Amino acid sequence: MKKSYKIDVDCANCAAKMEEATKKTEGVKDAVVNFMTLKMNVEFEDGADPKEVMPRVLSNCKKVEDDCEIFL
Amino acid sequence: MNKKQKKTLLRIICSAVLLILLRFLPVTGIIRFFLYMIPYLLIGYDVLRKAFKGIKNRQPMDESLLMCVATMGAIILGLYEDGTGGRGDYVEAVAVMLFYQIGEWFQSVAVGKSRRNITELMDIRPDYANIETENGIEQVDPDEVETGTIIYVKPGEKIPIDGIVISGSGSLDTAALTGESLPRNISEGDEVISGCINLTTPLRIRTTKEFGESTVSKILDLVENASSRKSKSENFITRFARVYTPAVVFSALALALLPPLFRICAMGLAPMWGSYIYRALSFLVISCPCALVVSIPLTFFAGIGGASHAGILIKGSNYLETLSEVDTVVFDKTGTLTKGSFEVDGVHHSPIEESALIEIAALAESASTHPISQSLIKAYGAKPDRSRVTDIEEIAGQGIKARIDGKDIAVGNTKLMKAVGAFYIECPDDTGTIIHVSEDGKYMGHIVISDIVKPNSGEAISRLKAYGVQKTVMLTGDASKIADKVASELHVDEVHSELLPADKVSIVDRLITEHQGKGKLAFVGDGINDAPVLSRADIGIAMGAMGSDAAIEAADIVLMDDDPLKTADAIRIAGKTMRIVKENIVFAIGIKILCLLFSALGLAGMWLAVFADVGVMIICVLNSIRALLDPGRKAKKA
Repeated sequence: MKKSYKIDVDCANCAAKMEEATKKTEGVKDAVVNFMTLKMNVEFEDGADPKEVMPRVLSNCKKVEDDCEIFL
Repeated sequence: MNKKQKKTLLRIICSAVLLILLRFLPVTGIIRFFLYMIPYLLIGYDVLRKAFKGIKNRQPMDESLLMCVATMGAIILGLYEDGTGGRGDYVEAVAVMLFYQIGEWFQSVAVGKSRRNITELMDIRPDYANIETENGIEQVDPDEVETGTIIYVKPGEKIPIDGIVISGSGSLDTAALTGESLPRNISEGDEVISGCINLTTPLRIRTTKEFGESTVSKILDLVENASSRKSKSENFITRFARVYTPAVVFSALALALLPPLFRICAMGLAPMWGSYIYRALSFLVISCPCALVVSIPLTFFAGIGGASHAGILIKGSNYLETLSEVDTVVFDKTGTLTKGSFEVDGVHHSPIEESALIEIAALAESASTHPISQSLIKAYGAKPDRSRVTDIEEIAGQGIKARIDGKDIAVGNTKLMKAVGAFYIECPDDTGTIIHVSEDGKYMGHIVISDIVKPNSGEAISRLKAYGVQKTVMLTGDASKIADKVASELHVDEVHSELLPADKVSIVDRLITEHQGKGKLAFVGDGINDAPVLSRADIGIAMGAMGSDAAIEAADIVLMDDDPLKTADAIRIAGKTMRIVKENIVFAIGIKILCLLFSALGLAGMWLAVFADVGVMIICVLNSIRALLDPGRKAKKA
């Protein structure tokens, strides 16, 4: 399953860090963070519940880049 | 400006004013130190916090940490001088932090502004659809409209969903989709696509697709996800930044420690710790890679945005990069360089007016649905008056005999002419279908019908050459005679004719393997029957995507209308974008290396360091935005 989220982040490098962190989160198959459109496309693993996975994604992103936000 | 940007601006102004005031205050010693700490913390508290969190989360190598180490180092040097009876310099530390924040602020405003600009260019998303309910006309979310629903589009509104006009006629502004400024005329029964703006009269449209499947959704999806396919240059920058920052930190450390140690041990001189630490700190400030990290993706995004405004959709920045390296362009003939529909190309040997001959032929063919008949009727320009025609007799493989205005007319090929005993003249220009006409057994001349070359095809080929394309190739399934004529008319370098669809793939394959050097090959087709070739070529360009899903899927670049000039436009935009990317890379890295050298040798202080960081970034960002402006077209009204 794929979902798209709006995000807020300050720089392209920070967006790249968010992408890395999201990819490493359990339950996420693949992720693309688009700095220019401020959007994040997340592909979840089969059987993973986005509602359960996304808070973990957010906290992982906060760890690498404090100044980011994902609008869930 | 958003709230965060306004707040930062306020902090910048306050601390700048404080900094100036403090220079005139006659205080000394530790009080002076604390006073200077007010603007420093005011402007830098978030950077300090971020650096601290970075260390805590084991992500220390970022620019916040560089700024903290550099400014705190400068402050400690100042304290040391104060302590040894001198007058420490705290201004520099505060100024460096201040300029860093100005740079960040500028970057954030510029990126936000260009982001808005680009999304405005692509502002084709319809907000609502008007549908008829029991309570009259209601506005609903386009997502909720089912296929086959009748929607109303008032003048000035966007068509929200693809469909067919069932009543009303008028003109549509398709500029947002095709970049074409001339309005398109439509009437009952015509297919219309979403994203066009209705200009004149109210229209009733029966939808043929769901919103998610409509042209406008597909285009938005394509453009918004475009920059997720990253180019080599972008990947290079990300990798570069990853290696570069740690490398600079260790060099700075070496610069602070090694020369003083060398001076003590090998030369027996005073170590000059302060001076070398200061140089190392400047080194750190210069090193921020932000100019590159920000401006390169911004350039690609601006290039893709500018192109989509011109009706050229590029699926990713990697394709933009490849497109700029194209030196061979392969065209499909039918539908790409030619219109793909038959038209009257000429009238020869006619003793009467050309239009009169076409009128006779159109009348004779008025009952037929054959494409040739249709093109004759189209050339006639009006609906044939069927009452003038009687005794229509269709002779298979020959043509049509009929009585028109009391005369026996025969319209067909040479066999028919022989049959009616007319002395026909063979057409030497054997590149189309020849329609002979006779009246009461007397030869009246012939009409040549062929697939017409698009008016811009020749111009497109010559512009491609001007933009550095070395070779143009045309592929077609048509007979070689017709292909050669078109090719010589357009000055195409190489022609392959009488091909089956599978042959096209093998020819493109051969062209790619035989090709020397690093130039890339682009294939331009209309998306019908050539999906395999589109995907085999280095770059597949599909033309006239309005409505053709297969083309959007298979191609890397989609031209919204079927004007071959857009191919040349696409290559020009790609070239310009890549030029800006290279300029930025060379400029940013060049200036940084120069400044790093200067500061290592002690020729430059923190002031130059701040310019190297902030100034270079501002210049690069401004340069990136140029990619959005396409000089080939008029700039969009502000």
